[in-house]
Amino acid sequence: MQTSTLVLFLFVIAVFAFYSSQNRSISIAGKLGGIRKLSSLPSYYGTYSVLLTLVPVLLFISLWISLDQLVIERLVVEKIPKEYVPLNTSDYQLMINKIMSISGGIIKNDSVPSWQLDAAVRMRQLSVISQWSITCLSIFMASILVYWGFRRVSENFNARPVVETIMERMLLASACIAIFTTIGIIFSVLFESIQFFRKVPLFDFIFGLEWSPQTAIREDQVGSSGSFGAVPLFVGTILISLVAMVIAVPIGLMSAIYLAEYANTSVRAFAKPTLEILAGIPTVVYGFFAAITVAPVLRDFGESVGLDIASESALAAGAVMGIMIIPFISSIADDVISAVPQSMRDGSLAMGATHSETVKRVVIPAALPGIVGGILLAISRAIGETMIVVMAAGLAANLSINPLDAVTTVTVQIVTLLTGDQEFDSAKTLAAFALGLMLFVVTLMLNIFALQIVKKYREQYE
Amino acid sequence: MSKDNRKKIRESLAKRNRSERHFQWFGKLGVILGLAAVVLLFVDIISKGSGAFRATYIQLEIEYDPDAIGVLDVNDTEELIFANWQNFAKKSLRDLFPEVTKRGEKRKLNNLVSEGAGFDFRDQLTQSPNLWGTKETLWILADDDIDTYYKSWLDDDPFSARLTSEQIKWIDQLHSKGLIALKFNTKFFERGDSREPEQAGIKGALIGSFFTLVLTLLMSFPMGVTAAIYLEEFAPKNKWTDLIEVNINNLAAVPSIIFGLLGLAIFINFFGIPRSIPVLGAIVLALMTLPTIIITSRAAIKSVPPSIREAALGVGASKFQTTLHHVLPLSLPGMLTGAIIGMARALGETAPLLMIGMVAFIVDIPGGFTDPATVLPVQIFLWIDSPERAFVEKTSAAIIILLSFLMVMNFIAVYLRKRLERRW
Repeated sequence: MQTSTLVLFLFVIAVFAFYSSQNRSISIAGKLGGIRKLSSLPSYYGTYSVLLTLVPVLLFISLWISLDQLVIERLVVEKIPKEYVPLNTSDYQLMINKIMSISGGIIKNDSVPSWQLDAAVRMRQLSVISQWSITCLSIFMASILVYWGFRRVSENFNARPVVETIMERMLLASACIAIFTTIGIIFSVLFESIQFFRKVPLFDFIFGLEWSPQTAIREDQVGSSGSFGAVPLFVGTILISLVAMVIAVPIGLMSAIYLAEYANTSVRAFAKPTLEILAGIPTVVYGFFAAITVAPVLRDFGESVGLDIASESALAAGAVMGIMIIPFISSIADDVISAVPQSMRDGSLAMGATHSETVKRVVIPAALPGIVGGILLAISRAIGETMIVVMAAGLAANLSINPLDAVTTVTVQIVTLLTGDQEFDSAKTLAAFALGLMLFVVTLMLNIFALQIVKKYREQYE
Repeated sequence: MSKDNRKKIRESLAKRNRSERHFQWFGKLGVILGLAAVVLLFVDIISKGSGAFRATYIQLEIEYDPDAIGVLDVNDTEELIFANWQNFAKKSLRDLFPEVTKRGEKRKLNNLVSEGAGFDFRDQLTQSPNLWGTKETLWILADDDIDTYYKSWLDDDPFSARLTSEQIKWIDQLHSKGLIALKFNTKFFERGDSREPEQAGIKGALIGSFFTLVLTLLMSFPMGVTAAIYLEEFAPKNKWTDLIEVNINNLAAVPSIIFGLLGLAIFINFFGIPRSIPVLGAIVLALMTLPTIIITSRAAIKSVPPSIREAALGVGASKFQTTLHHVLPLSLPGMLTGAIIGMARALGETAPLLMIGMVAFIVDIPGGFTDPATVLPVQIFLWIDSPERAFVEKTSAAIIILLSFLMVMNFIAVYLRKRLERRW
């Protein structure tokens, strides 16, 4: 039986378990004189039975599925004559894949060496056995558990607290997924990065001035080593983020101030959601806008005034990224400005200050921590933004702080290193994970710092 | 007050009022620039993409003559597979322009119609073999260069860089005979990706997006809601809970590309899930949207007043019953709104999917959750990378479709919030 059918079948069993236990509890109650004689409501007995059946069986199935491939592989390789088993991991993987495709019928049987054919047949047999044993075992387990749940129904057994405890554990488990995700992220970037730093020293990576990750196929080719100095990427990332901030911070801040302090309700009701449309537009659309519209316009404009603007300039990517970030800054700034108590404004106005003086000298200083926090969050967004720069920024790592030049960023390099043909343990792909680690650490620090500032500030007025 | 002082105040007042006006102007400027960006973006995309919904077709009289494509026996399937179906269109074009005799010119003439036209003939004749030997007048899809030229020519701004002067002359002739026209491009909605711009469609990407999104919702909504319920209603106030909370807030701000790295390292390399399939895309997107859904769901649960809980507990409901029977139903509209917004974000997300191989060139329309697929934003990204000019139009059209989906989702979210959310 296929795994999906098996799971479906188990759910049918679970429904049966529910009704049989519920009915048993009702019939027990009927003899005693009404369900009020039971310790729990009948549905709790049913639910108890369902949980008792499904939880262990499903856990068992998922454990089996995650391990069976590994075990089958071991058993198959054991029978292959020693001289055919390659020692290095990538050739080994290749052999396993080949055997798998033969046993799956993707590669035709003829023209395959006999030892591979044998292995494939064995693999096929083993996976059929595995499939059958999991089906039989799990159905056997489920029936025992259903029977057990059924037997446990009695007027003295209080099912409700047991059911609720199990459910609460399950809620806790799903709350912990966030933790597991973080751990998963840390592990996935950390392990590969450690492998990378074994090949390329950490110092060379962080302080090296040259980035050319192309490792040659043959050892004796020119430039076969590849150099992994990430400084040009860091500078490029900072440059583009800076351009974005130069555009986004004034526009976002001024529009937030205007909308919060000056605009009447109808303007506010129109402008605020319209600006927020910008936040909902996918980044790939911004990338298209930057690459197809903004970059050519900028280049032509540069030509007409005699400036040499690269067609993949940091300016184009940064400007469009700035547009993307405007609503981010304006909505955070709007929130914190609106949170400043009216009494502070009234006090300032009563002293004879004009509205703009009130804003500049009272409201903004009071809202400053929140605004700074918002800007830091926006910077972390700009650093981690991928699609706009992949589409509109360059690939070549120029070390330049001129926004008219083409520069590349950390995220662009991660994408280019990991898409396309790859060998998994080459320095080239591992470098992407090292860059990912840098990105993760920097954005994480920015976020923690920014969230702390915002939180601290909110506590003041609430 | 001395006259001198009064003068000073008057002057400074004028200055202060001026700066007040300036400040207001800056504010207005900020809002106007922001709104201008919105308008600019939409006008640019709509003006570029609206053309793709119509394509250039050329009217040809096709004779389904087996000889024309070198087939001797129309029942021989082997022969039909290798037949040169494109010849139907070629022959008919040569009949239209009998004066073309040179080899090179003939090739140019043949290039007027799309190279995919042959496949359409094949499909049609396999479906209804009684058409053999008959004649039919058909609108055949033109080549992408012809399409680009014809559309720009109608707008008085001809783009002829990729055409020869003969081809332009032929198009002129066709136009004067009324044999070339713009028609609604049905292929765009019926086809998967293709290397030929005029044959490329977004159906594959739309279906891929649909499968991915359905799975994402199925994974992230239950997980997000249960996690939110735990954190709001059951979690004890301790360090462990604090850790989970800080974690969720930080995860919401982790760059999306990092989730792609997670998918690559953990799910592909460690668990061995195949690349490019919607299941994998959905796992990554679900983990990515989970924090958003948890945060909005918690806000929804918080907005249920404590009096509801106290009343339920007061009549003897257990903590769990209170939550399940009263708090959850009341906060569900808010949770749904959050889920829709999270899904809108997942629909537009590209970067993590690039990492897990959903950028592969996939022609076939996916039929299930485990078929290799691509999604709408990734399709947009792939088309932008293509050198053919006609793909710009396709890209913009795909963007228009993506944006309209997002708009519909957001409208539903706003509507739900307005209609179902209760004010206490």
